[in-house]
Amino acid sequence: MVTANNELAYNSKIEGDVVVTQADAAINWLRSNSMWPMPMGLACCAIELMAVASSRYDIARFGAEVMRFSPRQSDCMIVAGTVTYKMATAVRRIYDQMAAPKWVIAMGACASSGGMYRSYATLQGVDRIIPVDVYVSGCPPRPEALLDALMKLQQKVKRERSASKLLSA
Amino acid sequence: MITNAVVIASAQGRFASATERASADHAAMNIPADEAIIFLEYLRDAQDFNFLVDVTAIDWSAEQTPRFTVVWHLYSSVNHNYVRVAANCASDAEPSMPTATTLWPAADWHERETFDMFGIKFTGHPDLRRILMWDGYPYFPLRKEFPLAGLPADLPDYEVAAETGTRLISAPMAGGPFVATPGEPMSEAEPRAKDEAWSEQSEKP
Repeated sequence: MVTANNELAYNSKIEGDVVVTQADAAINWLRSNSMWPMPMGLACCAIELMAVASSRYDIARFGAEVMRFSPRQSDCMIVAGTVTYKMATAVRRIYDQMAAPKWVIAMGACASSGGMYRSYATLQGVDRIIPVDVYVSGCPPRPEALLDALMKLQQKVKRERSASKLLSA
Repeated sequence: MITNAVVIASAQGRFASATERASADHAAMNIPADEAIIFLEYLRDAQDFNFLVDVTAIDWSAEQTPRFTVVWHLYSSVNHNYVRVAANCASDAEPSMPTATTLWPAADWHERETFDMFGIKFTGHPDLRRILMWDGYPYFPLRKEFPLAGLPADLPDYEVAAETGTRLISAPMAGGPFVATPGEPMSEAEPRAKDEAWSEQSEKP
C-alpha cells in the first residue's frame, strides 16, 4: 500500500504534495483496487454474482462494482456458469477483446471443471480455452466466496512486476 | 369428458391403418409415416387437438428395425385431453418424416431439435438446421450408440480452435453418471452406494 502516513513519515507542509513509492507498488495498487469485472454470466452462478454486487455483500468495497458489459472496458472476466462448447468460442472471443492487463475468475464448479455436467455438450473447465487466475469452488458459490476470490486476485496482482512488464511490452 | 377409447375409436373409424398404442396415461396411436400428416390434420380439425405440445423421437437402437419412431403430443384446449401419435421412419440409415410445420408453425423448432438430436430429416421443413449443437457437429447425441460423455470433435470456431489448441473431449465420467438404478432397495440404488473411489488419476479397482 502507498497510503501516506502523515504522522510518522510524511509531512505535507514540509515535503510538499509528493509521495515516494515504487512504480510496481503504485501501478498494482491502482489496478487491484479498480478491477472492473466482465460479468460472463452463463447460468445460476450469475444470480450469486448479482448478489455480490448488491448492497448486502457490496463488491464496491473492493473497487470492483463497475460491471462492464463491454470487454473493452473490463479488467477481470468472471466466468459464472456452465460453459457449453457452443458458448466457449464466444467466451474466448470476448476474452480476446479485453485490453491487457486482464484476469479471469472461474466462478463455481461448472466454470472450473465442467461440474456435474459430464456431457458431450459441456466444456470441461474454462481453463481449457482461457487462462484462469482464481478458481472458486461451490455450486453455486456463496457471495462471500467470490469476494474472497477477488481478494485473492488482488493479492496476486499486488505481487506482479508490472513496471518491468510495461517497459518490455 | 371424452375418454381415450372414444378418441381412438373415432380416429380408427376414419383411418383404418391407425392402431392403438400401449399407453399408461393418454390416448395413443400408431400411424404409417405416409399418413401421419393427414392424420394429425384430422386430429386437429375434427377432434379439436389444436395445440402441438411436443415433437420428439425414439431410437430403438441400431439392432432394431424400424429403428426410429417420431412421436407427436397433441393437446385439446377444447376438451382438455391429450393424444400421442407415433410413426415409424421407413429408412433406418436415412430416417425422414414429413414436416408438421404446415399444420402448426410451432413444429419448426421441435423438428429442428429432433433433427439435431436424432438426425431425422423432416421433409418440407422450411429451415432444417441444428438448433442446440452447432452446424458442422458430426454426431447425433441422442442416438443410442452415442455415449453420454461425448466423442472427440473440433470446436465450432476454427480460429478459436487454432488459438487455444482445444478440441471436444470425452467428458471424464469419474464413476458417473450418478443416477439411482430403479428396482433396487434405496440403500443399494443410491449413487453413493456404488464405488466412487476412482477418478481420472486412479483406475477403477
